[in-house]
Amino acid sequence: MRSEAKLGLILLLTPLLLWLSLLIFIPHVDMFLVSLRERVGVGEYKISLANYLTFINEPLYLHTFLRTAVMSILATMITLLIAFPVSYYIAKIARGRTQSALFLLCLVPFWVSELVRTFGWMILLRETGLISNLLQFLGLADGPVEMLYNDAAIMVGLVYTSMLFMVVPLVTTLESLPDEVIEAGYDLGGNGLSVLREIVIPHAAPGIVSGCIVVFMLSLGNYLTPTMLGGKDSLWFTELIYSQFIVRFNWELGAAFGFLLLGLSSLIVWGMLKLTGQSLEKTMG
Amino acid sequence: MYPDLECMNLTRRFGDTVAVDDVSFTVPAGSFFSILGPSGCGKTTIMRMIAGFLEPSSGDIHIRGRSVIDTPPNKRPVNMVFQHLALFPMMNIADNIGYGLRRAGVSKPEIEKKVEEALDRIGLPGIGARKVGELSGGQKQRVAIARCMVLEPEVLLLDEPLGALDLKLRERMKVELKALQAAFDTTFVYITHDQSEALVMSDRIAVMNEGRFEQVGSGQDLYYRPDTAFVAGFVGDANRWSGRIERVSGDEMEMRTDSGILMRGATHGRALSAGDRADVFVRPEAIRIAHSTEELAHFDNRITGKVESILFNGAASRILVQDSAGSGEIEVNLPQSGEFSGLSRGSEVQIGWSGAQGNCFAAEGS
Amino acid sequence: MIPSIPQPRIVSLAYTGYVIAFFIFLGLPLVVVAVFAFNDSQFPSLPWEGFTWNWFFGSERPMIGVFHERSILRAIGTSAFVAVLVSILSVTVGLSNAFLFNRYRFRGQGILYIFMLLPLVVPGIVLGISILVFSSRVANGMWDVAHWDIEALRPGLTLVVLGQFSFIATISTLVLGARLQKFDRSLEEAAMNLGANRLTAVRTITLPYLGPAMVGAFVVAFLMSFENFNTTLMLVGSDAPLTIAMFDRLKEGSTPLLNAVSLLLMLGSSCLALVMIAFQKRG
Repeated sequence: MRSEAKLGLILLLTPLLLWLSLLIFIPHVDMFLVSLRERVGVGEYKISLANYLTFINEPLYLHTFLRTAVMSILATMITLLIAFPVSYYIAKIARGRTQSALFLLCLVPFWVSELVRTFGWMILLRETGLISNLLQFLGLADGPVEMLYNDAAIMVGLVYTSMLFMVVPLVTTLESLPDEVIEAGYDLGGNGLSVLREIVIPHAAPGIVSGCIVVFMLSLGNYLTPTMLGGKDSLWFTELIYSQFIVRFNWELGAAFGFLLLGLSSLIVWGMLKLTGQSLEKTMG
Repeated sequence: MYPDLECMNLTRRFGDTVAVDDVSFTVPAGSFFSILGPSGCGKTTIMRMIAGFLEPSSGDIHIRGRSVIDTPPNKRPVNMVFQHLALFPMMNIADNIGYGLRRAGVSKPEIEKKVEEALDRIGLPGIGARKVGELSGGQKQRVAIARCMVLEPEVLLLDEPLGALDLKLRERMKVELKALQAAFDTTFVYITHDQSEALVMSDRIAVMNEGRFEQVGSGQDLYYRPDTAFVAGFVGDANRWSGRIERVSGDEMEMRTDSGILMRGATHGRALSAGDRADVFVRPEAIRIAHSTEELAHFDNRITGKVESILFNGAASRILVQDSAGSGEIEVNLPQSGEFSGLSRGSEVQIGWSGAQGNCFAAEGS
Repeated sequence: MIPSIPQPRIVSLAYTGYVIAFFIFLGLPLVVVAVFAFNDSQFPSLPWEGFTWNWFFGSERPMIGVFHERSILRAIGTSAFVAVLVSILSVTVGLSNAFLFNRYRFRGQGILYIFMLLPLVVPGIVLGISILVFSSRVANGMWDVAHWDIEALRPGLTLVVLGQFSFIATISTLVLGARLQKFDRSLEEAAMNLGANRLTAVRTITLPYLGPAMVGAFVVAFLMSFENFNTTLMLVGSDAPLTIAMFDRLKEGSTPLLNAVSLLLMLGSSCLALVMIAFQKRG
């Protein structure tokens, strides 16, 4: 029996270890090693921090990096602000069929590819697009208005694309707050604001954190939305990585960029977990 | 002086159904008032209307003589102990108890003092820093009450708060709640479907059925002098026979049951006449058991039967007797004095009771 | 705040209005994409030139419909092929992981569980390049050492499958693990009590119980693979899956052909989602 259990353990452990080591752990270590290489001649390399120094010394790189981080944080906050009231409505105000129908409606856009969603926004926002036409029709604009290829368009796209990942955890945690507890808050003299601050938000904290982590991550690592909606000058860090790898074949610098992106996202995720006293197992699992 | 709580012609409809149908009652200051009824009778609806979570379709609610109909729940001078207590899991015990005081804008040191006093009062000093999840069921109960009592409400509403507790703890909490009510000297309005909770704790009890109050009175009133067949059947145990009335004279009556037994009972002033269909209720403890007919000579109802089964339960032991006409089982208290220790299944026994113990009501729907 | 707390009418009206506006925001881009698939024009934008099915069934230039456009059809095939492989792999490994974390206690389990979650917090593009870098190094090494050219390690469908699998496996592990967590172990014990051995008990009791979750995990994996862009972008070779093919076309300028493909995608994923919901209900 004991040896049988041991055999079972080994059999189940093997695929997990193969997956994590060959596809996650070793490739990342390898990427890190590549990022430390400096090309000194044909097929000759030495270990140095040259790639990281390039990053620091080139204002465009650093600027893009910081801009990506700030825009991603902003997108996360906007997503949270938009999603919270809607999630609360679905979880606590809508009842029965309406509730499940609304929840399902939230999921619908995410059954289709991000590409299609972005394409939809292009049709809406471009110069010959629907909104531009509508504005002209209403007399609010004299000629075609170009609303694509700016930061606001990127922001709209990021928020739209990430919405689901905020709504689902929020609805789940808010649903688990019994009506009775909210009523007790009022019964003891609380008003809408204080109940929200002292009861609803603390209760929803795990959902807020996990939603923010995922949305931040997705925004930071997004390539499609900034490229399509932001145009040539969108300056998103993933675009730098792509161009180093695919266009310029400078894998060493590209790997360094990748590692920086990974570092930034890990740092913010870790910081958010620490700040709110949550753990990765609880928020993700 | 006004009563603490007064409900006037309170009605609440949900679509076509009337959950609460023209209910009026007053609760004097400092008393323990219970609303007792089966689930779905409308008692929770009344409670939620008093707390302000439901608007009455018509009628008025006065607290200390002032209508609170237009007062939102967070401004009403009533507080509620919820069915599942609704302690705030995101706060510790002290913050839970202090919540309402913070809302009222009481100063910090004052809150601390009051919270400490409240904890002393419920016999749990020094647990303020603990989390809600660390308390036992009975402790949570007391914290939920303290959380309301620090606000010194005119009326405390309790919505079946003992339902979630196990039997032993529930028995103890009944006594404790009564003591807390006396200690705080506040009006308690308590709703429950458990008659023993209502009987043990209340000064007055309203029995509710299908949106209406059937009877309001003390526990003794309800038990010994039920006004309606529903109360007679719902409060305490009772044997019940249906039949047709053959004769009425003054308070006494005779009824022929559907199985053919002639039975004497009392109308207690209810208007009944010969030919009416009626129900007679007799409590198990009102029926005497004997080995021979002679011992029961002074009773006007006597039946010979066979012991169907013996339900031993200590002092509350009973037997089920099948009468010779085969008209169903009769529940009879079995004295544990040793006199009937020889009884066994199939033994023949004599049972009898006085006609005054047979409470007679017009049959429902007639 | 909840229906039992009285609110001023204006507040609840404004709130409802906000929620409606949100759902319009959510639905608008998709509706627009779908509608312009039927525009009888070279551009998916106003003015509306009339209704046509040509972007689906047209066979002559300049309006070649989806069903006559070889490259799009091939890309759909490629995507489906990749998605099926990724789903099979992910569900298999996910099932194994779920049992491992649910049934065994071993040293380092907690750490391993956190490790298992990590692919979810690594940006997709980083997953892509790390696998690209590593596989190329291995391929180059093999060539240098033994003059072996391992085609599978060069950018192409094998790497795309592995790259997508590397994070979709986490998701299927979570889906299956959550379901297994709810399983009442005493059912297995009852089966063994009735004469089954451990493996038979798992096969006849536990796996059927997990059935709906396995279908769910498969569908989710399929959709995620089909939609995946970031990781795929870095690992793709000459055979482009649909999202990459569409992206390339979109960069060159869009025709309603792309709307038509998108509409078909929406219909396809809705059908899959319905299948999944139906299975979930049965479970």
